[in-house]
Amino acid sequence: MAELPGLIKGLGVTLRTMLRPAVTVQYPHEKETPPTRSRGVIALKEENCTVCMLCARSCPDWCIYIEGHKDKAPPRREGGKPRTIQLLDRFDIDYGLCMYCGICVEVCPFDALFWSPEYEYSEVSIAELLHDKERLGDWMKTVPEPLALEAGAEVKKGAKN
Amino acid sequence: MTAALHLAYWQTTTIKVLVVMGVIPLGALVLAYVFLLKMMSHMQSRLGPMEAGPHGVLQLLADAGKFLQKEDVFPERADRAVFALAPVVVLMSAFLLYVVIPAGPRLTVSNLDTGVFFALAVSSLSVLGVLMAGWSSANKYSLIGALRAAGQLIAYELPLVLGVVGVVIQAGTMSLQGIVQAQAHGALLGFKTLGEPYILPQALGFVLFIVGAQAELTQTPFDMPLAETELVAGYMVEYTGFRFLFFFMAEFGTAFAFAAIGATLFLGGWYVPGVHGTAADVLGPFVLGAKIMLVSFFIFWFRFTYPRFREDQLQAVAWKYLIPLALVNILVTGLLKVVV
Repeated sequence: MAELPGLIKGLGVTLRTMLRPAVTVQYPHEKETPPTRSRGVIALKEENCTVCMLCARSCPDWCIYIEGHKDKAPPRREGGKPRTIQLLDRFDIDYGLCMYCGICVEVCPFDALFWSPEYEYSEVSIAELLHDKERLGDWMKTVPEPLALEAGAEVKKGAKN
Repeated sequence: MTAALHLAYWQTTTIKVLVVMGVIPLGALVLAYVFLLKMMSHMQSRLGPMEAGPHGVLQLLADAGKFLQKEDVFPERADRAVFALAPVVVLMSAFLLYVVIPAGPRLTVSNLDTGVFFALAVSSLSVLGVLMAGWSSANKYSLIGALRAAGQLIAYELPLVLGVVGVVIQAGTMSLQGIVQAQAHGALLGFKTLGEPYILPQALGFVLFIVGAQAELTQTPFDMPLAETELVAGYMVEYTGFRFLFFFMAEFGTAFAFAAIGATLFLGGWYVPGVHGTAADVLGPFVLGAKIMLVSFFIFWFRFTYPRFREDQLQAVAWKYLIPLALVNILVTGLLKVVV
């Protein structure tokens, strides 16, 4: 009979929980705002990409497909040699494979990949989960502004703010 | 009803059968929705079904529709006749319980002089159905579940019956109608207006009844026969479709009936102070319904709070604590009945 106080306490716990409002969020009807820096979907800023392939090579799932070609661009100075640039032909991320580790975003040396908190892009067919570079570019609109630097933080050279 | 309207025997019988047949699914639906779907959800800080109808009220009808569409599967080596009959036996046990429950001074299917005895005897009929189901399924989990059910139901029949004996001694009758009348005309400590609901003088009996009923209904913390973590669903493992629905309906139909018996024995049944005669016949079912919901609340509150007992703990609780307590209760009640 030594268990009796504990048994009564347990009844109190369930009764109090019952009288409190439930924590459930009725998802399709009401939505929570994802926390800042949520890993929803990866967005591509195409003009920053140099087809260096670092992201594709660092991807543990091999879910990034990149194709590109070299092209000539006008020289920076008058009378200079034409520059060689890399142009992106294909940049696909297969979200059927992606495990949202974010290594590609971190490894990108030219700030071409960003996390967006957008998470509602499920599809009826698994093939539709392969986002091409246009679709990845569209996600850029949903990428939040970077958080303000802490007071006294070192400002990177060439940074806009 | 019979006295006022002068209906023929077959007419009253048909009405009674239809009412009881309506009460079982209705009671099962109400209990399963209010307590299983909603109360349990909120006790776990979630909402439960919300989409089928307002706050999911139609969820159980959708589930029933789903069960009815399913294939009627017999295990290859099952004893087909027994397998098919078992859910019916379990449901029949629930059905027969309603025979003696009075819902008003004249609203009763049959006012047996041995109503309490009948109810308790009939409620143990479900053990037979459970054993049939477990044995005929040709499945070791089913069999273990059924044997556990048999052991448990026999162990907890005793505190249940002995807990009720106190009420019977105090009322001086075994008729449920008589027990309601005794509570209506009783006087608690000389205070006559409110009657004497036996939950006050027989508080120990009420506790024994609730614990025993919980075990008879094989609900947690006494759900070893179902033990979904080890036995999947015990004796119900092999049942699908409408046969499973029968078991489900019997589970909640029996819970409803046990709550009704508890309300009748300990809370005064259909009686509410100040209402007599025909008014009591009209109001009785609603009063009884409210009291049933109150008793069910307790039964399901315990169900959703406690984890499962171990088999030896289960037997120890019954034989070491509940049965001696019940015997003491009978002794004290008997002594007081003689002395006072």
